[in-house]
Amino acid sequence: MKTLSKFAGLFVSIFLTSCYADENYSLSEVSPGIFYHQGIHEDPTEANIGAIANVGFIIGERCVAVIDSGGSYLEGTYLRRAIKKQTDLPICYVINSHVHPDHLFGNAAFKVDSPQFIGHEKLPAAIAARQDYFAKTFKVLLGQAYTGTEFISPTLTVSIDKPITIDLGNRLLTLTAYSTSHTDNDLTVLDNTTKTLWTGDLLFMSRIPALDGSINGWLITMQKLQSMDLNFVIPGHGKAGSKEWQQGLLAQIKYFTVLRNEVREIINNMGTIEEATQTVGLQESSKWELFEQYHRRNITASFVELEWE
Amino acid sequence: MSSRIFNLFIISLALMSFGLTTYAATPKEPLWPTLKVAYFGDKVIREDASDLLVIEAPKRAEDAAIVPITVKSLVPQSAEKYIKNIHIVVDNNPEPYSANFHLSPELGLIDISTRMRVDQYTFVRAIAEMNDGSLHMVSRFVKASGGCSAPAGKDAAAALARLGKMQIRMRTPTVGEPVQAQVIISHPNYNGLQFDQASRRYITAHYVKNINISYNDKPLMSVDTGISVSEDPSIRFTFTPTEKGTLKAEATDSENQAFSEHKDI
Repeated sequence: MKTLSKFAGLFVSIFLTSCYADENYSLSEVSPGIFYHQGIHEDPTEANIGAIANVGFIIGERCVAVIDSGGSYLEGTYLRRAIKKQTDLPICYVINSHVHPDHLFGNAAFKVDSPQFIGHEKLPAAIAARQDYFAKTFKVLLGQAYTGTEFISPTLTVSIDKPITIDLGNRLLTLTAYSTSHTDNDLTVLDNTTKTLWTGDLLFMSRIPALDGSINGWLITMQKLQSMDLNFVIPGHGKAGSKEWQQGLLAQIKYFTVLRNEVREIINNMGTIEEATQTVGLQESSKWELFEQYHRRNITASFVELEWE
Repeated sequence: MSSRIFNLFIISLALMSFGLTTYAATPKEPLWPTLKVAYFGDKVIREDASDLLVIEAPKRAEDAAIVPITVKSLVPQSAEKYIKNIHIVVDNNPEPYSANFHLSPELGLIDISTRMRVDQYTFVRAIAEMNDGSLHMVSRFVKASGGCSAPAGKDAAAALARLGKMQIRMRTPTVGEPVQAQVIISHPNYNGLQFDQASRRYITAHYVKNINISYNDKPLMSVDTGISVSEDPSIRFTFTPTEKGTLKAEATDSENQAFSEHKDI
């Protein structure tokens, strides 16, 4: 009997794992021909299959561009099937906004389409530096959803401050690579037809932004984004839309400005990282999801950068 | 048992074994007994030496690339009895033996901090070697960071561009009073474990090997450092200047490049 109930428990866990099923993989159309799946504000787990970032695609008259492929091979396959439900056109580009697993672990699901993989000129080096660590860590975090995941480097890269244009058939996309901001390999995608911008993780909404590049660089990049004339914005995390993004960007600028000011003060007083992580920016805590998980890390990363000012 | 149930049963067994193998990524067997023999042979190490030493580390490695570690002594150094070396071991890192602080008997109370890369759940250990050769250990458990932070640097180009730049940071000191000072060397500290897809080879390890800190040419400490030390190696310590003079820091990296910086007090 005891053994039986143990098995019953296992069956339940199987059903729980599979509750994040293909059929439930939601899509929203942001602007005509532009679809995204909104990631959940959680850390990657087997249950959420790593689907924590915004991923999606743009349909032209000739073919489709995928923008970020998902946080696991499994999510990549869900996204690919969602595309196939919308259009029969081939997938000609898979664009990765940066190196983080939630944005490129789905790449292998698109190998069958033989697309051009596009990324920032520094993306190949960033993948090389992190892949062993990511493989080791994410096999554990994602369990079965990880199976099939491969690290696929871009076949076409974009240089900093030298945007390129790709054509999906009567639909031009401008791809821009930035100097170090959220990471050292951030790329945005602008659909010229609808003035829709995919920011990648240069913009987080509701979820706390995670700093893995340069606080000073990111603040400069955020100013550039502020002045753009856009109809729709799809952030790396949080809700896409036509208006909310400006508020979201302001909130993110505020967060990093507070962080920078307070960390600089501690550095000037010969304070330590430990002091900084205990005191800096706590007034921001109610404004962000997952604050506890990422805030101290942002302080640590800012501290070691600002030490060299 | 219907065949459907039987299939589920097989799947659940498969899942179980899958789970077990993947979790093996964090070593199940404690590495310490093996490491202890490798680094200290058959010498006896007194464990839990909390009457002599304190080790501080965050419970969770917030950023896998930068984990602050502090070691303090509770007994002042004296000519008769002093800590000669503090060995830092990070059990589950690619190279567990991470640093060795050779300390002067004139340092007073030891209070030193550095920053480490922490790959995964691990014990971080400080082993004090006294001038009589006896060994005393304290340790802390650090959880991995999770999420997307990796032990790799954030901006390799920026780190390379300022390679060798050094800082000595301290508050205005008073002769005869203990003062905290920090030595930082800008260096990418490549660990040699990063595979470059383009060239199909590993990026050569290139890291700071040794940092010597002296006051008026008398050594305060000499630190042997390895690839577990974070990018831009940082050593923070407390010392008491007994007279006016010059604090000097000299660093050498694995390619025998030398860097130095000094500060007059």
